[in-house]
Amino acid sequence: MQVYLPIAELSVNAFVILVMGGTVGFLSGLFGVGGGFLMTPLLIFIGIPPTVAVGTQANQLVAASVSGVMAHWRRGNVDVKMGTVMLAGSAVGTLIGVWIFSILQRLGQIDLVISLCYVFFLGVIGSLMLVESLRAMFRRGRSGSGRGKLHKHNVLHGLPFKMRFHKSRLYISALLPLSVGLLGGLLVAIMGIGGGFVLVPAMIYLMGMPASAVAGTSLYQIIFTTAIATFLHAYTTQTVDALLALLLLAGGVFGAQFGTKAAGTLKGEQARALLAGLVLLVGLKLAFDLVSVPVDLFSIEVADFGR
Amino acid sequence: MIVRIAAAAVTVAVATAPQAVWGQGLEADLSSHLIAISTDFTGTEVVLFGAIAEPGDVAVVVQGPPEQVVVRRKAQIAGIWMNRASMTFQNVPSYYSVATTRAIETFADELLLEREGIGLDYLRLVPSDAEGAPAEEVAQFREALIRAKQREDLFATEIGQVNFRQTLLFRTTVSFPANVPTGQYLIRVFLIRDGNIVTAQTTPLFVSKIGVGSLIFAFARDFAAAYGLAAIIVAVLAGWLTSLMFRRS
Repeated sequence: MQVYLPIAELSVNAFVILVMGGTVGFLSGLFGVGGGFLMTPLLIFIGIPPTVAVGTQANQLVAASVSGVMAHWRRGNVDVKMGTVMLAGSAVGTLIGVWIFSILQRLGQIDLVISLCYVFFLGVIGSLMLVESLRAMFRRGRSGSGRGKLHKHNVLHGLPFKMRFHKSRLYISALLPLSVGLLGGLLVAIMGIGGGFVLVPAMIYLMGMPASAVAGTSLYQIIFTTAIATFLHAYTTQTVDALLALLLLAGGVFGAQFGTKAAGTLKGEQARALLAGLVLLVGLKLAFDLVSVPVDLFSIEVADFGR
Repeated sequence: MIVRIAAAAVTVAVATAPQAVWGQGLEADLSSHLIAISTDFTGTEVVLFGAIAEPGDVAVVVQGPPEQVVVRRKAQIAGIWMNRASMTFQNVPSYYSVATTRAIETFADELLLEREGIGLDYLRLVPSDAEGAPAEEVAQFREALIRAKQREDLFATEIGQVNFRQTLLFRTTVSFPANVPTGQYLIRVFLIRDGNIVTAQTTPLFVSKIGVGSLIFAFARDFAAAYGLAAIIVAVLAGWLTSLMFRRS
């Protein structure tokens, strides 16, 4: 069934969008990431203008995260205090990101910077996660769990403004979640993603949060970050396509529910290894696009005025 | 929204009524002066038909509302392809197609074609920020612009056919893709004989969104902040509702 999208100004097959939303939603529920890093390239691939893809994606992520967070909430897997501290950082990050975005857009380099960011973050984080999760799987295979301390302390935890986070069983500097949030906010604005695939590893490896609380807390934080991004995109560039977002939501929220259920059957490191593989695959594809000879060296951009 | 469509309809009526005059030897009209983009819009065709008083050649040029287009060229730097040089073209028709009775060069000379912008080769597309750039380079960017527009199906790749029904009655079909830009289109019809324009007529065509899509678009444009908030609220509700649904089952 073809549907005309009012903001994207083109017609798409509704079924394709529903399936895309469902698939990405499933992964989102499974891994506790928003799935934006998959959805944005997918939307652009089917012909949605990149700016509309980014704006609409933020809107869709709000719903997917709300739906996902509810399931984690019922199991008590959301550290509200930690999420709120991170949120303070990400609000600032989003504003800075939008400012950088507009400058790069004017210079005509936004696509390049987005691609470079993707390749860098996907590559680094994908590799780190893959190595870590494979190592964990190997360890588990050999012997039972032999943990001494609750979590490893590193130098970052000792920074000033220490705060106690009961749910995460952490007593660490508030600057740490604050700056992780700031980075997440920057990514939301520049890359059009929720930032989960950066937040989740940062929360596990940098902050030392228990894996059970990570997915719920990052989703909780992503709700607000993506809501801010949705508002900014709708207000400044008018690139939020409500109809496209609703179609993605319809598929996405159902997918997320199944994903959250499936997450219970997967071991933490298995889920992380799968996510790492996926992240690396997308990163490699984007890196290949950057260095391979473009089909057409020229590209055009229509300056919207008077419309 | 309804008011806007009514206003557009009135404009159409006013603009079209007095222009076709038999004495000039050419009369043409469209099967419809309003392309309504509803939620199930997948592109459409409009029939242009007319009559001429004496035999001659007919050329039909359809142009969408003008826009400003930046054309960028990528270059490889440190192995990575990135945008380097750019040229900005003003008044580029957002849509462009031509239909004629015969190959245009057979009945009109370059001067005439260039003056009226009939055919992509003769369409006036000059960058506003490329003074002193070599002509060859400008031509490259101009061709790239046309190529990109053709990829989007917004510039016709071939010249369409104007068919004569009898010796003096003609018709042609203009097709518009699903991504057709909205706004006021200008359709120019020329009657050409012995290499000269005998008479010309212009007819407007309006492309506008209707229904839910139009409401959403107008809301997003006119009340951007409220639209942003509404989008967030709808998303939160949708996420919450589905979560409840799954809890029960």
